[in-house]
Amino acid sequence: MSDSPHAIRLRGVVKRYGEITAVNGLDLDVPTGTCVGLLGPNGAGKSTTMRILTAQAIADEGEIEVLGYDLPGESKQARAECGVVPQLDNLDTTLTVEQNLIVFSHLYRVPRAERQAAIDRVIDIANLNDRRHTVVDELSGGMRRRLLIGRGLIHQPRLILLDEPTVGLDPQVRQELWALIDRLRSEGVSILMSTHYIEEAERLADTVTIMSHGQAVAKGKPSDLVAEHAGAEVLEVYGPPARLAEIEAQAVATGQRTRRTGTSVTILDSASSNGHGQDGVRRAGNLEDVFVLLTGEEIS
Amino acid sequence: MTGAAATGEQQLTPPVGRPEKRRLHRFESSALGGVLVREMINFSSYWRSTTFSSTIEPTIYLLAFGFGLGSLVSSVGNGISYEEFVGTGMVAMAVLFSSAMPSMFGTFVKYQFQHTYDAILAAPVDTEELVSAEALWMAMRASVYGCAPLLVAIAFGLDPAWGMLAVPAINFIAGFGWSCFGISIAAFVKSIDNFSYITSAVITPLFLVAGTFWPIDQLPEWGQALAQINPLYHCVELVRHAAFGWEGWSDVWNVAYLIGFGALMWRIAIIGMTRKLVD
Repeated sequence: MSDSPHAIRLRGVVKRYGEITAVNGLDLDVPTGTCVGLLGPNGAGKSTTMRILTAQAIADEGEIEVLGYDLPGESKQARAECGVVPQLDNLDTTLTVEQNLIVFSHLYRVPRAERQAAIDRVIDIANLNDRRHTVVDELSGGMRRRLLIGRGLIHQPRLILLDEPTVGLDPQVRQELWALIDRLRSEGVSILMSTHYIEEAERLADTVTIMSHGQAVAKGKPSDLVAEHAGAEVLEVYGPPARLAEIEAQAVATGQRTRRTGTSVTILDSASSNGHGQDGVRRAGNLEDVFVLLTGEEIS
Repeated sequence: MTGAAATGEQQLTPPVGRPEKRRLHRFESSALGGVLVREMINFSSYWRSTTFSSTIEPTIYLLAFGFGLGSLVSSVGNGISYEEFVGTGMVAMAVLFSSAMPSMFGTFVKYQFQHTYDAILAAPVDTEELVSAEALWMAMRASVYGCAPLLVAIAFGLDPAWGMLAVPAINFIAGFGWSCFGISIAAFVKSIDNFSYITSAVITPLFLVAGTFWPIDQLPEWGQALAQINPLYHCVELVRHAAFGWEGWSDVWNVAYLIGFGALMWRIAIIGMTRKLVD
């Protein structure tokens, strides 16, 4: 093992914006070569955390280490070795696919002799071979995303920061991007991916860190988190709102935990506490149960 | 993953085997180069319109002022015709308009709407390098486009002089300062509408006391005093002296003033943009 054990290591990171504390004592680890999903509702501090990792936000407190470099002091070195895929599409829309990549091959200091090969490789990864000379404005949403991800790979980074990589895309495109991200992970690249799509984290992440109000409220393998917080099996009970409230009250009275699932109430860990049997649909516990349980049902 | 083990880690991890730690400097030519390459590639898609307007504009002004007003004013002293006076004065104006304006709007658009700067700062480029490279690019553009009025004036009969070869350099220095001025404005305004205040309340009055369209000795004393602190005036002076004869120490002072203006604006632009781009 030649690399440091952690691609990213945060301890007690605090970031305030005036009265608002966006990140409030965050501890976060991305072990080298793994994909960590940063899950949390909007406003949990995920994007601020991502900005702190590129020193575009300067933390008020805490230790930050990226690829063995201390931030913010050595952030330029860290940035040179990591790839960033932003949530907001910031491609140069009047330039072609290739021109966008040429610009970033310069910004990321790809040596002149390797530039063309690097651009060809990214165009290949992003599957944009027949769009090389197409202006970004004329690309579909999915193509733009692929280019945005590919752009972050131009210098073959050891670490990639993906901020909501599939937000606003249709399911087909998301699956295509998941395959791409999975491929990177299998090649040994360390990945930190913020997302609020639970399925995305469940499929791609080796471990997940769930954030709420600027803190990590749980971390671990998705399956472990499900077993610990939601249980192997849950019971979803449907009914009119009044009935749901009644069921909720009953369940709580018998020491069971519940969560609302829109039109139903989910009784968590129902297998271990049967006997208070309700009629409903039994299903496996999932990460969404954990997510809602830990981050609260109401979005502030 | 206890706290104690975590803090011990740093010493235990052997530095050998880690990919070589590259110490990066505060100013890296590759960072400046990367930003410049971006501007040049973008420029290749819109240079025609920019070149068109920067050539047509001085031609129209020259026709309007030179031949319109010029028919009333025969000469402006020292044997310089009014056309020649305006032609040279317009160089400074072209520099101002091809650096301050595009920097103001371009910076705001790239920051606010295109999020270009977010992408660049996520790369190994710092705000200081970003601002410097953008200003250098604008200065280069202003250096070239500022020569358009001079060429138009030559076409209309201004005598070429060796001193004119210094004009691109004068334009570059002035353009750098104006560009940093534009970036600073963009860094401090809240909305793009506020630019109207700057153009009407700051940039337009600069002409009044710059000697572009009339000599400043026509102005009352307070106007002449204001001209001395107006960078545009120093640029106008230098270009005229390049065309009609240098004036020794007074030109050294003009150059020094423009360099000082550029240096001050450069630092202000960096402070402003850092505040805007880094939380």
